[in-house]
Amino acid sequence: MKDITCKLHALEKSFGRNHVLRGIDLELRAGEVTALMGANGAGKSTLVKILCGYHFADSGQMELGGASYAPADAADAISKGVVTVHQSIDDGVIPDLDVATNLTLDRLTEPGVGLFVNDRKLRRQARAVAESMGLTMDVRTRVADLDVADRQMIAIARAMARSPKLLILDEPTSSLSASEADRLFNLIDRLRADGVAILYISHRMSDIRRVADRIVSMRDGAISGVFDTEPLDYVGAVNAMLGHQMTEVDIDPVAGGAAVLDVRELRLFEGNPPINFTAREGEVIAFTGLLGSGTTELAEVLFGLAEPAEGTLLLDGKAYHPSNASEAVASGVFMSPKDRSDNAVIADFDIADNMTLPFLKAFSRFSFLSERAQRRASASMIDKIGVKCQSERDGIGTLSGGNQQKVMIGRWLLEESRVLLLDEPFQGVDIGARRDIGHYIRQTAAGRATLVFVAEIDEALEIADRIIVLNEAMIAGEYVNRNVDLNHLVAAVSGPARPQASDQPLPPSPNQAMA
Amino acid sequence: MTSNDTSRTALELAIRYGFIVLLCGLAVFFSIYASGFASARSAVFVFQSVAITGILALGVTCTLVVGGFDLSIGSVATSALMLSAYTMVILEQSAFVAVVVCLAMGALVGLINGLLIVKMRVPDLLATLGMMFLLIGLQRIPTQGNSIATGMNLPDGSVAEGTFSAAFLWLGRHRFDLFLDRLLPVPVVVFLLIALIIWLFLGYTRHGRLMYAIGSNERAAGLVGTNVHRYKIVAYMISGMLASVGGILLAARLGRGDIASGNNLLLDSVAAALIGFAVLGAARPNAFGTAAGALFVGILLQGLTMMNAPYYMQDFVKGAVLVAALVFTFYLSSRRGGRRTA
Repeated sequence: MKDITCKLHALEKSFGRNHVLRGIDLELRAGEVTALMGANGAGKSTLVKILCGYHFADSGQMELGGASYAPADAADAISKGVVTVHQSIDDGVIPDLDVATNLTLDRLTEPGVGLFVNDRKLRRQARAVAESMGLTMDVRTRVADLDVADRQMIAIARAMARSPKLLILDEPTSSLSASEADRLFNLIDRLRADGVAILYISHRMSDIRRVADRIVSMRDGAISGVFDTEPLDYVGAVNAMLGHQMTEVDIDPVAGGAAVLDVRELRLFEGNPPINFTAREGEVIAFTGLLGSGTTELAEVLFGLAEPAEGTLLLDGKAYHPSNASEAVASGVFMSPKDRSDNAVIADFDIADNMTLPFLKAFSRFSFLSERAQRRASASMIDKIGVKCQSERDGIGTLSGGNQQKVMIGRWLLEESRVLLLDEPFQGVDIGARRDIGHYIRQTAAGRATLVFVAEIDEALEIADRIIVLNEAMIAGEYVNRNVDLNHLVAAVSGPARPQASDQPLPPSPNQAMA
Repeated sequence: MTSNDTSRTALELAIRYGFIVLLCGLAVFFSIYASGFASARSAVFVFQSVAITGILALGVTCTLVVGGFDLSIGSVATSALMLSAYTMVILEQSAFVAVVVCLAMGALVGLINGLLIVKMRVPDLLATLGMMFLLIGLQRIPTQGNSIATGMNLPDGSVAEGTFSAAFLWLGRHRFDLFLDRLLPVPVVVFLLIALIIWLFLGYTRHGRLMYAIGSNERAAGLVGTNVHRYKIVAYMISGMLASVGGILLAARLGRGDIASGNNLLLDSVAAALIGFAVLGAARPNAFGTAAGALFVGILLQGLTMMNAPYYMQDFVKGAVLVAALVFTFYLSSRRGGRRTA
């Protein structure tokens, strides 16, 4: 048996009346990758935040390397050798500084460092760190000028530079391509060989299959299963996390009625081949493709946020040229945007105000809002879409990610739409909430055309009647969602231009992996 | 109920009612220790002393609600003061024309502020700071830096013949009867009316709700189809017009275009709006809080003055109140925040 690096005993944490951790016992061993799985709200993030000194546990003990471990703050945790790479990239990097400074920033806060910065020495150190990570960029590049994946690698490289005893990776591959993820996995292998204990938090079964020596499932603030016998029981781990047997969503694809939205000869960018498709009443179309394949741009064009290079849109046979969101909404085209905390959630508002925001006019007389009407409509939508909350007056910030997303989608279902656009509706949403949302979207799909934009194939399979694959802003394939040939679909997503495995999308679906 | 719950409720109560309790406590304290404080006339005097800053503060509240800030309100008020005097004394126009011209000026300044911020993408503080300087200079150009009064010598050698009309002076000096003869001055009535209107507008109309949405998450508000630019510009126009109402009332009280008045208006009204964050635990700009914040400062200063505190205590006291209110808002409110996401 390997040495135990970190030991947690009976860890408890509450926020107000919310009992988030209910007695966590966990051992993390040197040279072992422990994958931590759990639905949104299971308490993973809280556990991580306690480990990295951001929160204090209410009770329970932690040990690190045999000694008692109670970090006073994040800096203290790092100095003791517990290093965390957070899910949100910009927590890990300082965008306005160059790569070299980012990689060596922590050395500047070490005690005993002189007043003046020796740039050349820092750059040399940074270059060494970058090379060991397989990063090739000039270390004098500003981090803000790098793309998302490179920024993520810098954040991870920063963590590595601190030679951690326990490395915590919170969804590290969520913005990495397959080849970049491979680089990360190689690095994890190396650290494992060096005897670092690694806590790896992810929803992606493919990641977990690749790196995990052991799987710990969390559910409702407690550990619901530990799997460490070879071969690892992935199905069991997912079951332990969800608490029920996963079933394939059974979709009986409908062909749809009259044409609602006609997209003709649409070129998203200059020089691209045109996109043509028709969305029909009652059908749900999923657009899927890699980051940068044009799904987001298409959604923006349809909602009036971006101007296409060329092409016509017809809504119910009439020309449709929205020049902003309010014109689109007035024409009956609604969009739930991606990245809800940036683009959708009004953090200061309660559920009812968030839900009714687009249609306040319908809830007011002579401009004066009827709180009763707002509450009534919200309460009924909360019931229908299944938001878990105490009342419609709860602050939106008190909800978990999945429930917030239900509110954000519910707000566009309060009124009838002709076209409903959902951009990444399952982002940061646990599987339970994802099922609820998908089910309700399909249930209400009659009377409108629904267009869903998702990067993950299994999400498309779960919700759509028809799946359209975009690649480099053109249609690369179209499938009716019945016995879809997954290999064919994945090949369409990765595109004919790049047949090698290197830039394949990550097939990250617990669902698909089980199939 | 656990002890944790009890302390949580206590904290909640402190945040919610702490400031109001403090306000009442102060009133009681001064009633006992400052003779003459507890009288209707003294109460009206408190209201009168805060009416003009209160009106400006309500305007700045509107810009705070949409996530902006208006530093130009003080100079808009003094510009309105000078402009009304110029219109009546030098151009010899009626009170009505003077009021309309001033309101139009305030709306125009607000429009320019709004366009600078929304279209030219100048950060709000900088745009309104620039506008503040511009107006401070502009209001002095027509009279070459002199105050305006009937009988003054004009640059072309003639004498200004116009006067502040009685109707205009009524705005600043008339007092309505209420229980006592000549109790309630017009500016106090105007202040209370505007406070009521802004309170209803921000708190209970869909326009107000959308403005709060813009202040909390501008992108999200835009993506549900709100015309963010228009609301922001309107907020600055409201602020400009209310500042000019303040300037008109000040001119009507003084009866002359005094170049040196209104120096403290900006800071006092911003302080009132910020103190308003702490009232009823709102932790955000709100009309009721702003009015209460202005009154709080008024009561404190009136009481201290009646207890013979020296005049230079005033700014110190205002500063102390402001700092305390900000601690209330930002420290205590952050501690009651529940679980965000897990």
